Amino acid sequence: MKYTLSVLVENQPGVLSKVSGLFARRGFNIDSLAVGVTENAAISRMTIVVNGDEYIVEQVEKQLNKVIPVIKVKVLQPGAFISGELALIKVSCSPKQRVEIVNIADLMNARIVDVTPTSLTLQSADTAERTATLIDLLHPYGIKEICRTGTIALEKGADPTRKN
Amino acid sequence: MISGAEIMVKCLEKEGVSVTFGYPGAAICPFYDYLYRSEIRHVLVRSEQNAAHAASGYARSACKPGVCIATSGPGATNLITGIATAYMDSIPMVAITGQVNSELLGRDVFQEADITGACEPFTKHSYLVKDPAELPRVFKEAFHIASTGRPGPVLIDVPMDVQQAKIPKFTYPEKAEIVGYKPRTEGHVMQIKKALKAIEEAHRPILCCGGGVVLANARDEMVEFARNSGIPVCATMMGIGVIPMDSPYYLGMIGMHGRTGANRAMQQADLVILCGARVGDRAVSAPQQIAEKAKVIHIDVDPAEIGKNMAVDIPIVGDVKLVLQKLAAQVKNSVPQEWLDQVFGFKKTYPVRGEAREDFVEPRVFIRDLSSMMEEDAILVADVGQNQIWCARNFNVKEGRFLTSGGLGTMGYSIPAAMGAKIAKPHRQVVAVCGDGSFQMSMCELGTICQHEVPVKIIVMENGRLGMVREVQDRIYEGRHMATILDGDPDFVALARAYGIRSALAKSNEEAKKLAAEMLECDGPYILVCSVDPETPTI
Repeated sequence: MKYTLSVLVENQPGVLSKVSGLFARRGFNIDSLAVGVTENAAISRMTIVVNGDEYIVEQVEKQLNKVIPVIKVKVLQPGAFISGELALIKVSCSPKQRVEIVNIADLMNARIVDVTPTSLTLQSADTAERTATLIDLLHPYGIKEICRTGTIALEKGADPTRKN
Repeated sequence: MISGAEIMVKCLEKEGVSVTFGYPGAAICPFYDYLYRSEIRHVLVRSEQNAAHAASGYARSACKPGVCIATSGPGATNLITGIATAYMDSIPMVAITGQVNSELLGRDVFQEADITGACEPFTKHSYLVKDPAELPRVFKEAFHIASTGRPGPVLIDVPMDVQQAKIPKFTYPEKAEIVGYKPRTEGHVMQIKKALKAIEEAHRPILCCGGGVVLANARDEMVEFARNSGIPVCATMMGIGVIPMDSPYYLGMIGMHGRTGANRAMQQADLVILCGARVGDRAVSAPQQIAEKAKVIHIDVDPAEIGKNMAVDIPIVGDVKLVLQKLAAQVKNSVPQEWLDQVFGFKKTYPVRGEAREDFVEPRVFIRDLSSMMEEDAILVADVGQNQIWCARNFNVKEGRFLTSGGLGTMGYSIPAAMGAKIAKPHRQVVAVCGDGSFQMSMCELGTICQHEVPVKIIVMENGRLGMVREVQDRIYEGRHMATILDGDPDFVALARAYGIRSALAKSNEEAKKLAAEMLECDGPYILVCSVDPETPTI
C-alpha cells in the first residue's frame, strides 16, 4: 500500500541527503519524493510517497522524527488530503496524429507546451492516477521522454500541518 | 577579533570539557594551536580510532560527552569505527575534525574526505561549518544533542579557513534552540497507569534491563523498583551492572551468550517489562515468540525503538530514570511465589561453569576470582570475542561498571576505552580484559598509556586463537580453521617491558590469582598475560 507523508524540515544544506540516506539505509522504498520551500523561507516541505505496510510507515515516521532538522512528520490519511504532480510528456506525433493527441490532452486537462513536426510535449498537473491514465493513452503513439515531479500534497481543511 | 580556532577552544571550555583525545594533522593545526594555550588536557593517542574509543570510555565513566579530535581525510576516516561503536551503544560523544579549506571542498585535494557524508549513518547529527560565526551555536547544539534524549555521537567538521577566519567577538549561547529536537523525558501518566495495572494482573512478570538504564543513570531507581515490585530482573549485555549480580532479584544476562535460566524465564513470562533495551538480535533471538505469549511494556527514551524489534502492548516514551521513579513509588508487590521459585530454581539448575586448572588459566574461574578481588566501584572493560563473554557471565559488578562494545562488537575497544575510563575516574580500579587478537588491534596505545601515565591494568587471555570465530568454525564449518590461528604472537611480557610496563605471565589459576593481586596493588600500568587453553569454550 502507498502512504503519503508530509514532512517539514529546516531549509539547510544536507537535509535531503540525510532523509534519502535514511530511506536507503533502513530499506524503505520511496515511490516519490518532492521538496520545495514553504510559506516560511526557513522551512521546506518534503512530500514522500512510501510503499509498504503499517509497520514500515510507522518506522519511517519514527526514524524521520529522529533526524534533527526534521521539524514535523505527518502521515496523511487517505481521503483527507489533496495531491497532485506535474508531468512533462514528449510523445511522437506526425502532423496527421496531432488532432487525436490534442483531443486526449483536452480530455485529460493537459496542455500542449511544445510542438515539432514529429512530436508534441504535454504538460499535465494532476493526481498520480490521472497522470498514469494520460501516459497509458499516449503510449500507442510512442512516448519519447517523461519527466515527473513526484506527488505533492496538502491536507484538506483550513488548518496548517504545523500550528504555531 | 577572535579566530574560529580560538572560538572552538572557548566553546569546549564553556561546556566544561577538561580532557580531549586526539591526533593532530595539518587541517586541524589552527585549533591545536589554541588548545596549546588552554587548560584543557589533550591525550595524544596512537591511532584516531582509539581517540574515539577513549572518548567513549571517558563518556561512560564520567557520564558526560567525551571529546575526540582528528585531522581531515585519513584522520577523520580512522575515527569512523570509533564513532560507529559509540553510535550503536548510544554513547554521548562530540567528534571534531579538521577539513580542507572550504573553497577547495569537493575538489579531491590532499587529505580531503567527505566525513560528514561518510559518518551520516553513524552519527546522531553532524555539522560542516562554513562560517566561524556559526561555531558557538554549533558547539552548543552538538553537546546538547549528544547528551540528551537517547545519547549519541555528534560530528563537527571545520574547514581550516573557518578555523583561521576572524570575527569581532565571541558569545556563547545560553541554551540550544533546535526546533525539530525536543526529546520527551516524562513518561505519559496514562501509560504508567496502564503499566501498573498490567503488573498487578501478571502472574509471571520479568524485567529486562538494557544499556538505557545505565545511560539514564537509573541504577538506584531500578533497584528500588525491583525491590518494591518483587519482579525478577534480567539484563542484556549492555545492561550488566544495573543491579548487583548477587542481588536476590537478579537472574543474569539474557541472550545468545546469556544464562540459560534467564532466557527460560524470558520465554515463560506472561509480562515482559523492557527497560532501556532495544531487543537486539543477540539479546533476544526470537522476539515475536516472546511477544505472542507475553504482554510487553516497553520503556525507552527513543520512540523509534518501541515496536521496532518486538511488538509492544504498553509503550512508555520517556527518561527511564523518571519513569522508574514513578513506577517504583506506586507499584505493589504482587508477584506469585510460585513464579519466583520457578525462575530462581533455574538459576540453580544452570550453575556457573569452569574449574580451576594447573596447566592453564581457566578464564571463567579467573574472572570470578578477579571479580572478588576488585574494589566495589571498580570498572571492568571487556573487549570483544570469547573474553567478552567470559567477563559478561562471570564478573560481578557491584557499585562499579562493566564497559564493552555491545552493539557493534568492535575488537580493540578495551584498551583505549579503559584509558578513557581511568582518566575520568582516576581513583577507581580500571581493568581491561582482552584476547591476544583484540590486544594486538590496539596495543599501539601502550605508548599513550606510558606518555600520559594512565595506570590501567590489562589482562591478555592468550590462547593463540581468534577463539570465538574458531568455535564457529568447529561448530558449523567442520573444524576448518581458516585464518583463526594467531601464530606470530610476540612475547607479550617482553613487549610490555619494552614500554617499561610491569608485566607477568600466569600459567595456572593459582598463579593468575597471585599475580592479579600484585597487579591490582601496583601503582602504574600492568599487563597480566594469562595462558589459556585454546579449547576453552565461550560459555
